[in-house]
Amino acid sequence: MLLRHTPAEIRERSALNINPAKTCQPIGAMYAGLGIKGCLPHSHGSQGCCAYHRSTLTRHYKEPVSAATSSFTEGASVFGGQANLLQAIENIFSVYEPEIITVHTTCLSETIGDDLNQIVDKAVKEGKVPAGKQVIFASTPSYVGSHVTGFSNMVKGMVKCLAVASGKKNGKVNIIPGWVEPADMEEIKRIAGMIGVSFTMFPDTSGVLNGPLTGEYHMFPDAGTPAEDIRAAGDAIGTLALGEWCSADAARTLDAQCKVPCRVLDLPIGLKATDRFIDALRTVAGTSVPDTVNFERGQLIDVISDYHQYFFGKKVALVGDPDQLIALTEFLLTLDMQPVHVVTGTPGKKFEARIRELCAGKGFDVNVRAAGDMFLLHQWIKNQPVDLIMGNTYCKYIARDEDIPYVRFGFPIMDRVGHQYFPVTGYKGGIRLMEKILGVLLDRADRDAPEEKFELVY
Amino acid sequence: MRKVAIYGKGGIGKSTTTQNTVAGLAEALGRKVMVVGCDPKADSTRLLLGGLAQKSVLDTLRDEGEDVELDDIRKPGYSTTLCVESGGPEPGVGCAGRGIITSINMLESLGAYEEDQKLDYVFYDVLGDVVCGGFAMPIRDGKAEEIYIVCSGEMMAMYAANNICKGIMKYAESGAVRLGGLICNSRNVDNEKEMIEELARKIGTQMIYFVPRDNQVQRAEIHRQTVIEFSPEHGQAQHYRNLAKAIDENQMFVVPKPLQIAELEKLLMDYGLFEA
Repeated sequence: MLLRHTPAEIRERSALNINPAKTCQPIGAMYAGLGIKGCLPHSHGSQGCCAYHRSTLTRHYKEPVSAATSSFTEGASVFGGQANLLQAIENIFSVYEPEIITVHTTCLSETIGDDLNQIVDKAVKEGKVPAGKQVIFASTPSYVGSHVTGFSNMVKGMVKCLAVASGKKNGKVNIIPGWVEPADMEEIKRIAGMIGVSFTMFPDTSGVLNGPLTGEYHMFPDAGTPAEDIRAAGDAIGTLALGEWCSADAARTLDAQCKVPCRVLDLPIGLKATDRFIDALRTVAGTSVPDTVNFERGQLIDVISDYHQYFFGKKVALVGDPDQLIALTEFLLTLDMQPVHVVTGTPGKKFEARIRELCAGKGFDVNVRAAGDMFLLHQWIKNQPVDLIMGNTYCKYIARDEDIPYVRFGFPIMDRVGHQYFPVTGYKGGIRLMEKILGVLLDRADRDAPEEKFELVY
Repeated sequence: MRKVAIYGKGGIGKSTTTQNTVAGLAEALGRKVMVVGCDPKADSTRLLLGGLAQKSVLDTLRDEGEDVELDDIRKPGYSTTLCVESGGPEPGVGCAGRGIITSINMLESLGAYEEDQKLDYVFYDVLGDVVCGGFAMPIRDGKAEEIYIVCSGEMMAMYAANNICKGIMKYAESGAVRLGGLICNSRNVDNEKEMIEELARKIGTQMIYFVPRDNQVQRAEIHRQTVIEFSPEHGQAQHYRNLAKAIDENQMFVVPKPLQIAELEKLLMDYGLFEA
């Protein structure tokens, strides 16, 4: 009972967060940066920040994550980090030879007011950035927002620093996938390919953070969106941004900067959100949905109808990031489950409004909290027990103490494999989610069934 | 060792007053005093050293890393004074507040405050407004225990003095820091002495000395000297000796009670306007 001190009685807390459901902005910025081909992310701050952010990604992906740091000392904190960053840019390009460096700030460099725009401009003017290579940047103070904000800020940074409108449209559609797994990015590309859309997706971590073991180490895998493709995003005919929290800012910036109209959709998790994504793709491509896609949709519907009775009425507690939770909540509702407790660590009142809107009229009252924590989720569960918990690895403490079936979903997952390789997006991803949920629910039923009710066939 | 910090609005004459007072403590009373300038401009010890002869703690730290000796950053000045400049970043970059924290910590670790230094006083001369935690460093953790606020009868100087009292009050609750008094550095404002005396009374402290305005101060500054060194016989030099003596003999240390803005405005009206 590692969480035995969590009381059932809920008191209003104004200053204390316990077991946060979020982490640092730079982790998101680093993950986004790794979705550009040949990128070395750079952390402008002290070494410890960089080490923590890298190791969090490594724990989740089981892949080496390289990133550089400005290695702030006491002196850099006082005099500003310009000298460190200029030196770093020079060193990185001469030693590691990346195509692009994505610089993000940390709490320290942000608080002392280092101006990345000015420093990077100086680096360019002083010839520290080799011809054809790029340094882009984003401001990512962790005392604002969460890792989700950091991801969004870096994707926006890609647009701000790279995208240019040449005046001639290239006929492509930009897809901004949001913070999803490499496998999901791969799946989104596969679906867009099936519809027959000509597209650029950025960022794209597929093949970067789920690559093969070949016996040879490549610091920069042959994957990710090339910087020149992001530059050409300014000439696209439109942008599909997946996820209001992760992708909308970048898409709207691209609209303002290069007059590329955008549409913001939910992440394509579950039946309805995937339907909307496919419909949007079909519309921009001006085609009809091919049979291959309809076939996969039909498979998902088949699984839903075969197993609906085991999902029906089951109460679920969810914790994670806003974009994922919105789509997941909708999917669970599609299965007639009841997501009764929903918590994200990321602030944003409109998250609460959206979840309430989705759950309205479904026959149960939803507890939802943005800028919440796992302590609150646990308290809610104590007061109103659930049949299932879905969330990241940190949920295992609650699941174990309360003896509740648990499906790992979201970021970070540090104690299981699969999330890197198998998508939860698209129709196939919907089947996978159902498989996982059903697995733990029926395992529980088998465990607890008296001998006379022990079923062979479900 | 008494630990004194001088605060006050920017441009009020903190550095000039501090250095002249310190010169008085050294010359007239034979005290051994270390002055720590806490201003990125690093001009707090110019009159004691005869010019900007000092390499600042932070410059030294930047150039030589953390392997710094006390003698690298502390220079003997006029009479029995020792001078340190904390220094700081260029305007507009970095964090000057962090710089002050860094340099005071460094002075501590180098043993600048140890018994064997046989200091009678350490004076911190702090930049204008206490804009962030760094500039409050001298009054945190019992580093300075007596604060004197330099002010004049000008409205903004009194506002600033009142504001600084808020900072002192905050740290006084948990530490040993106390307000020793207001030093009025006259700007020849009407009813100035009476007004500052009343302000001091309302805050719960005293006007420890009224320093009249005299151009001799500027003449001495041009020669990079304190008045006491430049013209020991001049009347103004005697005023600074008196101020030094008043501080040396001061027994009144209080937790200030800052005024509400309305109260402060009323004080200004009563003294500054109606009796003019």
